[in-house]
Amino acid sequence: MKFQFESIADLLSMSGHGPYVWGAYFVTFVAIATLIYIPYKLKRQIVAQVKRQQKIEKPAH
Amino acid sequence: MSAVNTNLDQQSIEQTEISLMQGFWAVLKRDVVTAFRQRSDMINPVVFFLMVVTMMPLGISPEAKSLSFLAPGLLWVIALLATLLSLDSLFRSDYEDGSLEQVILSPQSLYFMVIAKVLSHWLTTGLPLTFVAPLLGVLLALPAEGYLPLLGSLLLGTVTLSLVGAIGAALTVSLRKGGLLLSLIIMPLYVPVLIFGASCVRMAVEGFAIGGPLAILGAFCAVAIVLAPLAIAGALRMSVEA
Amino acid sequence: MNWQWFHRLGSPRWFYEKTSRWSPWVGTLALMTIVIGVIWGLGFAPEDSKQGNSYRIIFIHVPAAFLALAGYYVMAIAGAVGLIWRMKLSFMVMKCAAPIGAVLTFISLVTGAVWGKPTWGTWWVWDARITSMLILFFLYLGVIALQGAYQSRDLSNKSSAILSLVGMINIPIIYKSVDWWFTLHQPATLKFTGPSSIDPSMAYPLLIMIFGFYCLYAWLLMKWTRLEILEQEQKTNWVKELLLTGGIKSSKS
Repeated sequence: MKFQFESIADLLSMSGHGPYVWGAYFVTFVAIATLIYIPYKLKRQIVAQVKRQQKIEKPAH
Repeated sequence: MSAVNTNLDQQSIEQTEISLMQGFWAVLKRDVVTAFRQRSDMINPVVFFLMVVTMMPLGISPEAKSLSFLAPGLLWVIALLATLLSLDSLFRSDYEDGSLEQVILSPQSLYFMVIAKVLSHWLTTGLPLTFVAPLLGVLLALPAEGYLPLLGSLLLGTVTLSLVGAIGAALTVSLRKGGLLLSLIIMPLYVPVLIFGASCVRMAVEGFAIGGPLAILGAFCAVAIVLAPLAIAGALRMSVEA
Repeated sequence: MNWQWFHRLGSPRWFYEKTSRWSPWVGTLALMTIVIGVIWGLGFAPEDSKQGNSYRIIFIHVPAAFLALAGYYVMAIAGAVGLIWRMKLSFMVMKCAAPIGAVLTFISLVTGAVWGKPTWGTWWVWDARITSMLILFFLYLGVIALQGAYQSRDLSNKSSAILSLVGMINIPIIYKSVDWWFTLHQPATLKFTGPSSIDPSMAYPLLIMIFGFYCLYAWLLMKWTRLEILEQEQKTNWVKELLLTGGIKSSKS
């Protein structure tokens, strides 16, 4: 098994197919990153909401 | 003496209790009669079918050659859309006036009552569409070999369309604006019927045997009659309970 | 028969506590296999003799397509379990499986289109598998639309469970019909039964990527379900305790 490309530029261009290959990988990366980000964002919202609720129910003494 | 008495008792019980078949016919008859009284639900899909077919030559080309090539697919797609449009009213009025609840509460099996309802829907929309389709085939210059297959495939296919569509109608009946949503959730499920229906007509026009696709349409219809009422009944119970 | 585990599985709290321990492992495994698979696939797998380098898209296209389809079954089966045993957790899994599956279907459609451009010369070909994928995408969109349409959570759960079950029965029929109609398509590249038409040097990274995507899917589904649990159970004491005491910790990490 050996590395198929001579240089970084070669790896990026992929003998002309680079934009397609890298584009496809980029789109996939963005889509999956979104899937990962959404639960984190939601968690922050829920924590804030629960804290707000707690303050209403039991005001800090 | 006593034997006569029990006989009488049984008779009186039978008279008050409605058998499954009686219930089936009662629901079917009622729905068909209501559909005939409110003719718009019945005529509108057919008028829609006619209008969209008229749009086609205006939008594509009045040339008979290109129209006759497109005719099998166009007729099937438009018939499918017309069926979709008619679905929203399938359970709507029954849901709103509470008669759907009565049907669900009745001792007869909901499975068969649902079949009766869908059958009446088919009799008042699918069947008229099927009989109008050959006339519209003339407008779209459908070659002569295509008419009988068009009739046959629509006859079998629209039953499946009504059954599968009724699942969507039952799921969305409790939503105020269910119409577009109903089309969204049901259209992907119509793909197999459309493929085999349209290709049945196309193959007939091109001179191939059409036994295969027709048989598959029949198989779809049989599977749908067995399975779809289960989903429809479940969805109706759920919608009414809420 | 010991069914205790099954009933415990129905408890959101139990699931949340268990997955707190599992999800880092599954996540790490997913990350590692996908990184290895991507490097292997992009850098070390040999060039395809016919398609050149564009075939390297296969390493994400095929796993995404696998998971898109498997995800629908996960969703439908979770829905069925929810309907039959009235299991709250199962409905939560079903609800979360829909957007994840839709995104994976979207990925496989987009990568398929991008792959098609250098291979066939067009972005879109009405090929059997692409078309089936598109219809699968529509099925997902239908379930998501139905979920969002109801005010009541119970009704939304039950109706989308019924719809996804109907869809599950339909998927094989749709695939077979589309297959029958569009005869212009390449033979399936990877079959687990019968000899595969792909060279081992390309198959290994592909298998690694498929495994990685399965782990990623499991991890994402856990992550989403955990959040769904927090959202639906935020009025319960254990969630309040968890978020109020652990809130400081989670903001740091």
